[in-house]
Amino acid sequence: MQWDLLLQLTLNGLIVGTLYGVVAMSFVLIYKASQVVNFAQGEFLLIGAWACWWLLTEFQLPFVWGFLLTLVFMTVFGVLLQVIVLRPMIGEPVISVIMVTIGLSIFFQALMKWMFGVFAQPFPPIFETQAVRIAGLEVQSVYLLSLVISLAIMAAFAWFFTASKYGLAMRATAFDQQVAQSLGISVRMVFAMAWAISAVVSAVAGVVVGVVNGVSSGLSFYGIKVFPAVILGGLDSVLGAVLGGIIIGLLENIAHFFDSTILHWGNMFQIAPFYVLIVILMIKPYGLFGTKNIERV
Amino acid sequence: MATLALTPCGDFRTSYREDTTIFPTRTSRNVAIASVALLCLVPLTGDRYVLSLMIQMGYLGIAALGLNILVGFTGQISIGHAAFFGFGAFSSAWLVDQGVPVVAAMPLAGVMTTAVGMVFGIPAARLKGLYLAIATLAAQFIIEDFFARARWFTGGVAGRVTEPLTLFGLRFDTNESYFYVVLFYVVVMFVAASNLMRTRDGRALVAVRDHYLSAEMMGINLTYYRTLSFGISSFYAGIGGALYAHYLLFVSVEAFNILFSIQFLGMIIIGGLGSVMGSMMGAVFMTMLPEVVQWFAAALSGSAIDRALGLGAAVSYLREMTIGAVIILFLIFEPDGLAHRWRLIKAYWKLYPFSH
Repeated sequence: MQWDLLLQLTLNGLIVGTLYGVVAMSFVLIYKASQVVNFAQGEFLLIGAWACWWLLTEFQLPFVWGFLLTLVFMTVFGVLLQVIVLRPMIGEPVISVIMVTIGLSIFFQALMKWMFGVFAQPFPPIFETQAVRIAGLEVQSVYLLSLVISLAIMAAFAWFFTASKYGLAMRATAFDQQVAQSLGISVRMVFAMAWAISAVVSAVAGVVVGVVNGVSSGLSFYGIKVFPAVILGGLDSVLGAVLGGIIIGLLENIAHFFDSTILHWGNMFQIAPFYVLIVILMIKPYGLFGTKNIERV
Repeated sequence: MATLALTPCGDFRTSYREDTTIFPTRTSRNVAIASVALLCLVPLTGDRYVLSLMIQMGYLGIAALGLNILVGFTGQISIGHAAFFGFGAFSSAWLVDQGVPVVAAMPLAGVMTTAVGMVFGIPAARLKGLYLAIATLAAQFIIEDFFARARWFTGGVAGRVTEPLTLFGLRFDTNESYFYVVLFYVVVMFVAASNLMRTRDGRALVAVRDHYLSAEMMGINLTYYRTLSFGISSFYAGIGGALYAHYLLFVSVEAFNILFSIQFLGMIIIGGLGSVMGSMMGAVFMTMLPEVVQWFAAALSGSAIDRALGLGAAVSYLREMTIGAVIILFLIFEPDGLAHRWRLIKAYWKLYPFSH
């Protein structure tokens, strides 16, 4: 056994897992607020990362300004997407809504390939030091930043949902749209806000991954990796999303470790989460923290 | 989805049997037979481009019909149809490699795909709606990974070469001859599906879609019918895949990705969920869409738009974007699909000029 490698991969899994957790959280946010399963979550990461990359390289903006402009852009983008595409779909069957988001996903994926090409593009360097050593392990400084950002976002979510007026409005809408409306909450605004927040948070994750690995269309695969995470945690649980993300991140890295040292099957890194997904759906479809849906006629 | 009755005034159905016929009037039956006969004449024109497009529409239409039985009639969602289509293609090629004649390998490939579909249908019996969508998404990735891994079955990264269909000493290896094979399968599979919808099983599937609790109370075994629907759908996908394999004579591992699955879903949404003929219309639409994009790009080449956007290099992205955009536009503006539009057009001419 190579303990160094295992420890390194576990650490990677933890860091990538928190990123999955952040993306999963923004996925759950949309699902909770507007009952839409967003198959285009990965494209939010992609668009955010490309927008930031474009601002930084084309206009030579400093990172902070480029990053803030990206967030503004993603807010507008999220709201427009909800108003133009998703609002007409309210009240349609599940399959129609799912298909619309799938359509959005392939549309934006192709658009991004067309605009920016298929090759991975590196971000301009942001930090002086590329990597720091913690307890004998090599850790990319960007990864550390991503860990900090992820935890900050999670804390912000926790505050938003428990203490802020809009967060409470969103929870009320998630609980029962009609009751929320009769209490004077603008359900339309809540939906738009959910999409905007989700787009912004995903874009942050996208920029972080882009800074580490370069921006490429592979980013949109995060949107697919989100599914094992949210199903494991329970579709409508924010806490579950975070935990699910971390578990999936750890799982794929540990699967990768056993794959490369003992089993030599290849590709377990990509596929292991999907086997887990099937198993969970078979034995506990509502996940660890999801609400059980009891149907009455 | 409300179906408009297009029977002539005064033609009342007096028995249940009359009400469930495939063709509501004698004219519609004659038109259907005549159009199949007309299609038989197409190879005589000898236009290979048109023929290859029509063969594509044929095998895609069969697979789309399978997906429509699952999604449109039973109300189960599958995002992994291309994986089953691919499994059919590889099974047929593998069977031929084992010494099975191609004629027998094609239906057998359908049966093998059914078996695999049933395995993935077991979780489907317990899951609904979006949980099922996610489970089939996982199935797509797992089967795709299996294709890349199982060298004995798929030939690994190199893909698998297979033989053309031979029957009574005839080799169906040209577009002209293979067209008849595809046409035969299309007619058989579409008639079978239309008939399925007239039986108890077919009606049970629709009942499961419309209200599964009521259906269960009426004595319909939900697990059985959901799994059955998955099986039928996989069988159609397998047959479509086998036709694909023996047309191209080469099956590659990368062909059956998630985008292909989404195209199948696009076909049935564009054609019309829960409509047998709609599946074919959707397949025709989806086959023509990339070609039309290509024509536009070719027609615009050299113009100012082309120079500004670089269309020539981006045609493949443009195709994907159009597929995505068309799915979204159809869902927003024409959720019942082309089949519904076609019924409206027929009704308009039937009732003209007194449409109210």
